[in-house]
Amino acid sequence: MSTMTFHAPATVAEACALLAAEPGARVLAGGTDLIVQMRSGRIAPAAVIDLKRIGALSGVREQAGGFVIGAATRCTALKEHAALAAAHPGVVEAANLIGSVQVRNRATVAGNLCNASPAADSVPAMIAAGAVALIAGPQGARELPVEHLPQSPGRTALAPGEFVTAIRLPGKAAHSSDAYQRLTPRTEMDIAIVGVGAAITLAGDGSCAAARIALGAVGPVAVLAEAAGAALVGTRFEAAALDRMAEAVQAVCKPIDDKRGSAAYRTAMAAVLARRVVQIARERAGEA
Amino acid sequence: MKMAVSTTVNGDPRAFLCEPGETLLEALRGTLGLTGAKEGCGTGDCGACTVMLDGEMVCSCLVLAPEAEGRRVETIEGVAEGSDLHPVQRQFLEHGALQCGFCTPGFIVAAKALLERDPDPSEHDLRYWLAGNLCRCTGYDKIVRAVQDAAAEMRQQARGDAA
Ligand SMILES: Cc1cc2nc3c(=O)[nH]c(=O)nc-3n(C[C@H](O)[C@H](O)[C@H](O)COP(=O)(O)OP(=O)(O)OC[C@H]3O[C@@H](n4cnc5c(N)ncnc54)[C@H](O)[C@@H]3O)c2cc1C
Ligand code: FES
Ligand code: FES
Repeated sequence: MSTMTFHAPATVAEACALLAAEPGARVLAGGTDLIVQMRSGRIAPAAVIDLKRIGALSGVREQAGGFVIGAATRCTALKEHAALAAAHPGVVEAANLIGSVQVRNRATVAGNLCNASPAADSVPAMIAAGAVALIAGPQGARELPVEHLPQSPGRTALAPGEFVTAIRLPGKAAHSSDAYQRLTPRTEMDIAIVGVGAAITLAGDGSCAAARIALGAVGPVAVLAEAAGAALVGTRFEAAALDRMAEAVQAVCKPIDDKRGSAAYRTAMAAVLARRVVQIARERAGEA
Repeated sequence: MKMAVSTTVNGDPRAFLCEPGETLLEALRGTLGLTGAKEGCGTGDCGACTVMLDGEMVCSCLVLAPEAEGRRVETIEGVAEGSDLHPVQRQFLEHGALQCGFCTPGFIVAAKALLERDPDPSEHDLRYWLAGNLCRCTGYDKIVRAVQDAAAEMRQQARGDAA
């Protein structure tokens, strides 16, 4: 650690140059994963590049009918953005389940995503909401749907020198909303043993026009359960449709078995939470 | 190589040198001699190291010292005004809301931050706000009562000031 350097660039271009120059560099957002890993000796970056001095990466912007959450935006700031909280209550509630107030005053959703923990709370919510990661790098800018970014625990699809500059969410759509719930052994300050996000759009007659359901902590990375969403489209959320949705959720669960929750328990609870979040997202969509 | 950091601590400009990988907690307790914030875990779990950074409470064990450049840091040492204890501090004493006292600086900084934003929090909101502060001795009830009474005292004071 003694040879590590610390940089606080003011622009995305400077950050890119620093990352390109030092292959052992790591990006620092809120540091709530990175600093823990550095202190435990799990990682020893040659350089730390703080994103929080890049003005363009701080805060939430409404842009081209969507929301752009800068990669340096703390989770508590998402709650304070009324339009974002109204359009994507599920993403905002997921981000604000992370840790404690102290942790959320630092933690970012981009960091939650790039840390690539299977249990990252905001990730299933972002996937359900159709979030896209905006990426800067030596080959220029590109975009990647959030579900394609984590590859395995701790590994992402980011190429060397690339980093996430922002998360883009769709704008507020009529009769559309989302929800996220997780199950933890403790109420606060615990890691999810399963987490489920759902985003629902209703047609004028109250039937399901679109549905996206995503699962966390039941596999090596968070997944979009496409068949689960498809099972609801065109239905009026009748019991049979909800049963098919729940079966499709269970079909994609490949959880680990550990002291915090057996594989069978996690799988059963994924279906329970999926039913709950679909119900909440549907109610919210009806009011939206 | 050491880095030079200029910051404001409890209202006073402070400049110090630190290693790039040093935490703000280490800089406060070591170089700056402010040993009120404690290291209970070093992993963001216990809140004993809670300080205010640009007006938001954070775990100083999860902030790198160079990040404090140009920022405002407030610690437990700045909570009392001279020998006048803050109502939260006084109520902790009244209620005996501490035993070993290791967690107390973090609880007081966090509770004060809550009451500045919400003068009349429900018990539910108060307990959630303090969920990132752990105490291994007292049990949380006395702490919650102390913060509630401090809130009442501060509301009364505010009414008195307004009248
Ligand atoms: C006490 C405690 C409780 C926690 N509880 C929870 C919880 O309940 N749920 C949960 O999901 N998580 C939890 N976490 C984990 C952590 O807070 C979250 O994962 C958080 O969102 C990480 O964001 P960050 O901004 O702090 O990331 P950092 O620590 O800054 O970065 C995390 C990783 O991602 C990389 N990175 C960060 N930003 C970018 C970027 N823009 N582009 C590319 N790479 C990047 C970093 O290099 C690092 O490898 C907890 C952590 C602590 C300390
Ligand atoms: S020492 Fe920082 S949270 Fe425990
Ligand atoms: S009084 Fe000892 S940890 Fe709280």
